[in-house]
Amino acid sequence: MTTPSYRLIDHTADVGIQVFGSNLADLFEKAGLAMFDVICEFKDEKVDETVQLSVDGDDLADLMVNWLRELLYLWNGKEQLVKTIAVRFLTETAIGAAIGVEAFMPEQHRIQHEIKAVTYHQIQVEPTPNGYAATVIFDI
Amino acid sequence: MPNIKQIDAYRWEVPKTGDMRVPGRVYTNAAMLKVLEQEQALQQVANVATLPGIVQFSLAMPDIHWGYGFPIGGVAAFDWDEGVVSPGGVGYDINCGVRLAGTRLMEKEARARLEDLVNALYQNVPSGAGSTGSVKLTVSEEKKVLKEGSHWAVRQGFGEQEDIERTEDNGRMPGADPDLISQRALERGLKQLGTLGSGNHFLEVGVVEEIYDSHAAQAFGLFQGQVTVLLHSGSRGLGYQICDDFLADMGRHVKKLGIRLPDRQLACAMIRSAEGERYLSAMACAANYAWANRQIMLHRARQVFEEVFHMGPRDLGMQMVYDVCHNIAKKETHLVEGVNRQLCVHRKGATRSFPAGHPALCERYRAVGQPILIPGDMGTASYVLLGSQRAMEETFGSTCHGAGRVLSRTAAKKKSKGRSISRELADQGILVRWTGRSTLAEEMPEAYKDISQVVEVVHGAGISTKVAKLRPMAVVKG
Repeated sequence: MTTPSYRLIDHTADVGIQVFGSNLADLFEKAGLAMFDVICEFKDEKVDETVQLSVDGDDLADLMVNWLRELLYLWNGKEQLVKTIAVRFLTETAIGAAIGVEAFMPEQHRIQHEIKAVTYHQIQVEPTPNGYAATVIFDI
Repeated sequence: MPNIKQIDAYRWEVPKTGDMRVPGRVYTNAAMLKVLEQEQALQQVANVATLPGIVQFSLAMPDIHWGYGFPIGGVAAFDWDEGVVSPGGVGYDINCGVRLAGTRLMEKEARARLEDLVNALYQNVPSGAGSTGSVKLTVSEEKKVLKEGSHWAVRQGFGEQEDIERTEDNGRMPGADPDLISQRALERGLKQLGTLGSGNHFLEVGVVEEIYDSHAAQAFGLFQGQVTVLLHSGSRGLGYQICDDFLADMGRHVKKLGIRLPDRQLACAMIRSAEGERYLSAMACAANYAWANRQIMLHRARQVFEEVFHMGPRDLGMQMVYDVCHNIAKKETHLVEGVNRQLCVHRKGATRSFPAGHPALCERYRAVGQPILIPGDMGTASYVLLGSQRAMEETFGSTCHGAGRVLSRTAAKKKSKGRSISRELADQGILVRWTGRSTLAEEMPEAYKDISQVVEVVHGAGISTKVAKLRPMAVVKG
């Protein structure tokens, strides 16, 4: 699996990511995959099932937090790891996507970080000359 | 960066400016303040001071650290009728707290079986990311846990009745309504009861290394050379989900009311509002879950000790010293400028510090004062402190909670490259068992502030005084 284009942000108590996308949909896909890359290193893109997700928010930053929270719940609530994301629609206040998930198997999946929550801390979703960038801090 | 002016050796003030309704009051020393000034934490102290109904000061303890909205190591009290409640002032891990028990064992006896002990503890107290091995619950049973906390656990046979009175709030916060929490929170809570969790949560076997206050130590059942068990854990996924749910809820609430906050993570609601009451009730559910959780895990530890040392409960004598919360909001009465007022005291990364004579304390401790448990990081000391009247007068009966981080996880991992942290600790006579590839490096001793400095400040300021110092022998981490 190609490593999602993101970089880890160094934070004293927690972990953050800075993600780059060529457009907004690309950004949201990469952010979701980056979060799961922090949780667990994957060796393939095998999925067990596809889940449809719809999320809304007050603005782009709020939408990004809500989006990642919903994805995180798949792991924290259902022990499903997100392997693929395909955004179907996206506005500044709503997103819909098809999420490919794989059930957690302790022998196969080595958890690196237990991300416990997506925070609003220093949340940023901004246009850049090449597309979009987002900064998100996770509580781990 | 807000202005800060020194009052005395341990107290600094952030003067009331702009939208602040009260000044900030920071307990620290000159050396720690230098580091603090580089951080956002002081700005957060000032931000909290802008919230409606805040009384007297926006407080910061010496282990202060930036957090989400409210700083960690912060204390803020709000008028019950005119003030707000804020999930950010409690923290994600509702009722993250510490439980300490003493035993009749001496260090030498424990060292003789230390490896067996730590392995058995690691097996029987589940930890680590996504860990289960928990107490099996149905939803209806889970709701009882959420309503009854430690009481539920003791009824199920986890521990003794006397554990309850040695727990803050007797291990059950009133007003918990499980029907107010989300399906998701209930789901997450179903499979994690009895598990330690990860990050800086741990179970530690230690030794009482030094006694500073023999009178208090005796009342607490502590003596030099005694083997102790220290547990640091919270409300797991359930607490996190509740905080998450209400942060979103209150964020919408604040937006609807058109209130502007310096930081959206300070989202709040009037205590006397539907949203405020719902949060407090849900928070109580999570608090009760955490107490049941610590009750279960300590009992499991007790059973492990009995088996490893081939002792019955009476010979082992594992008895609770106390259980404190350090992420919570409490309804308390405090004297403010000569008038008794009902306040909602938020402690996020801060511990209650009640003096001798306080009615909230059990009879056993009322003559002496409340035990306060300050966990150190893996590899260094933990402390037991005593609550004081000064804390009641200055900090709404509050003190510090532990040492904060100084190194990020990445920096810690970098610093530990080529080193075996477990071997370094073993060389000091400390055995560690952990899960997760990164966890140990991230939690290495150098990643944390010097806890003895933190404790010196609160002791010097008189808001809690030193009773004993514990040295670790074995640690189980998630």
